[in-house]
Amino acid sequence: MYQMLKQIAKTGIVTEPAPPPDEALRATAQRLGEVILKHFGRALSIRHVDAGSCNGCELEIHAMNSPYCNPERLGIKFVASPRHADLLLVTGPVSRNMETALRRTWEATPDPKLVVAIGDCGCTGGIFGESYASCGRVSNVIPVDVTVPGCPPTPAAIMQGILTAIASGTRR
Amino acid sequence: MKLKELPIDVVPLAGAAPAFRASVPPAELRALCEQARARKARLVALWGSDETRRRAGYALHLALALPSGLLWLSLALPRKDPRYPGIADIYPAADRMQRACADLLGIRADDADSRKWLRHGAWPEGEFPLRKDFDSGARPAQQLDRYPFVAVEGEGVHEIPVGPVHAGTIEPGHFRFSIVGEKILRLEQRLGYKHKGIEKRFEAMSLEEGAKLAGRVSGDSTVAYAWAYAMAVEGAAGAQPPRRALALRAILLELERIANHLGDLGYLGNDVALSFGFSQFWRLKEELLRAHARLFGHRYLMDAIVPGGVARDLPRAEAEGLVQVLEAMRREVVTLQSIYEEHAGAQDRFIMTGQVLPELAERMGLNGFAGRASGVRHDLRVDYPIAPYPQLDPRMISHTRGDVAARVSMRFEEVFESMRLIQALVQELPPGAIRSTVPRAGSGASGVGWVEGWRGEVLIALEADGDRIHRLHPHDPSWQSWPLLEHAVHGNIVPDFPLINKSFNLSYSGQDL
Repeated sequence: MYQMLKQIAKTGIVTEPAPPPDEALRATAQRLGEVILKHFGRALSIRHVDAGSCNGCELEIHAMNSPYCNPERLGIKFVASPRHADLLLVTGPVSRNMETALRRTWEATPDPKLVVAIGDCGCTGGIFGESYASCGRVSNVIPVDVTVPGCPPTPAAIMQGILTAIASGTRR
Repeated sequence: MKLKELPIDVVPLAGAAPAFRASVPPAELRALCEQARARKARLVALWGSDETRRRAGYALHLALALPSGLLWLSLALPRKDPRYPGIADIYPAADRMQRACADLLGIRADDADSRKWLRHGAWPEGEFPLRKDFDSGARPAQQLDRYPFVAVEGEGVHEIPVGPVHAGTIEPGHFRFSIVGEKILRLEQRLGYKHKGIEKRFEAMSLEEGAKLAGRVSGDSTVAYAWAYAMAVEGAAGAQPPRRALALRAILLELERIANHLGDLGYLGNDVALSFGFSQFWRLKEELLRAHARLFGHRYLMDAIVPGGVARDLPRAEAEGLVQVLEAMRREVVTLQSIYEEHAGAQDRFIMTGQVLPELAERMGLNGFAGRASGVRHDLRVDYPIAPYPQLDPRMISHTRGDVAARVSMRFEEVFESMRLIQALVQELPPGAIRSTVPRAGSGASGVGWVEGWRGEVLIALEADGDRIHRLHPHDPSWQSWPLLEHAVHGNIVPDFPLINKSFNLSYSGQDL
């Protein structure tokens, strides 16, 4: 126990400031009212859905939960069920084998809800594109509010995308 | 030439990996596999190809690991009703590969388990995406996906279906648990949700373009795949990367191993309610990823390895800086290892959980660090060392208990060994160029890339057509490991499944293709 406490004290706090929202990432105009955004801004629940990625974007979502980014300090947490979620964080080109599962997950998420597409594949279909096995970008399957490009996007960029999704579109 | 282990004529393949090609008549396949198995040969991969545009029928391919190297066997199959005698009773790992081959090419094994594997509802039965006349842009209407799981009956037995959308940030797959109380009687996996047509995509690419896609077959193993791809292309085209590039590739591969082990060690702590471990290891991993971005331009080292060499040099001062970063990290990992080992709660969850005994691991072809945790002592860096590994004398780490604790211990020890290897590589970094030109591959040239990634052996089998790809099969070690997970959970409790699963951390994307 002593060793653990010593390590914690030695490490200190490594968390860095959160990035500001970036309106350039917005794919569709903010649909949610100020009242809802105010609530979301204090306690946002996220459900991640991997719809067919290479797993690269998942690595960065994990890294976003590291002490450096620490989204929980902002009231942002990941939940186990879409029924508890306000926002879906979707990665990958949507494989056709995941198309139904993604649509059902979206339907299971209560309104009002937001969708953030992560990574080049989520934004455009990326290197996998559209084919017999791939539906391409996320917005080909469910409505998307914010897109975060990158292969994979950094934890700060993903965080920025999430914060953009819950920012008022007219604030800046 | 003759092969030492098997009575068969083989042709050596050019390239860094020790590899041979041979063809075998379908009628002799089983006898040959039985002989190979008796001589402890491992099944590395099984895949098929459409040769109808090369004025033939179809072909089945197998890669076997023999003491003298990798044997790439090909069977010519007729255009009409391409069938072959299955080998899943000789090599159990072949089962899912055979079924995937049937889904993608219509090449069928005569084995009992003929259920579909990668095909869900995206294309109908009777259509085969990897046939050359299949239109890759086609979007056949979605069919209803019906899959016959094995039902377990008995008093008090019930099922828990999990996935494809899981509770955490993980890749999609379906797990069907049959349980009594909390105890797992049976686990059956259904994968293929991430099938996104990678192999078909390769066939529309040039050898140069394919490098980027190879690095995205399984994102956490991008270095292993990129190196295997480069090795295959260099073999097919007759290129020789400079010595400095090879040393840099090994540095990249060992960095990838360290990064993945650190991340998983964090999650293994998290899964036994030791969130301290998660915070500490993910802090360390983040520091390493930032060093990657600084030195190689990418946090996960994507696109750092290219056919012919590497994309970016590592100047002397930066290389020494990397060694210092790793040395500081090593000291912290030593502290964390002692905290993990002395934490009674964590060890209680780790020890004797999710055990895979050596006999089963060997029988099923478990490889990589999980195989070594179960006493299957194979490591390509040691067994078939290619430059720069011979000069490094890498230490093979192994255990025999095969439980979560053994896999945790493997990860700690491999982190330390990879740090040592990088330090040695930096000290003896050869001078010179980092990339050589890759000539155009001849028509019908083939090449093999075989690399010990952090998870296990990654294979790229390439058949080129000039500078285009005729057929490319990327093979992830997860093909062999997934079935072992079904065994590892027997008799364990459901809440230990995430822990057992994480201790392997298998790739969905690499298997689903």
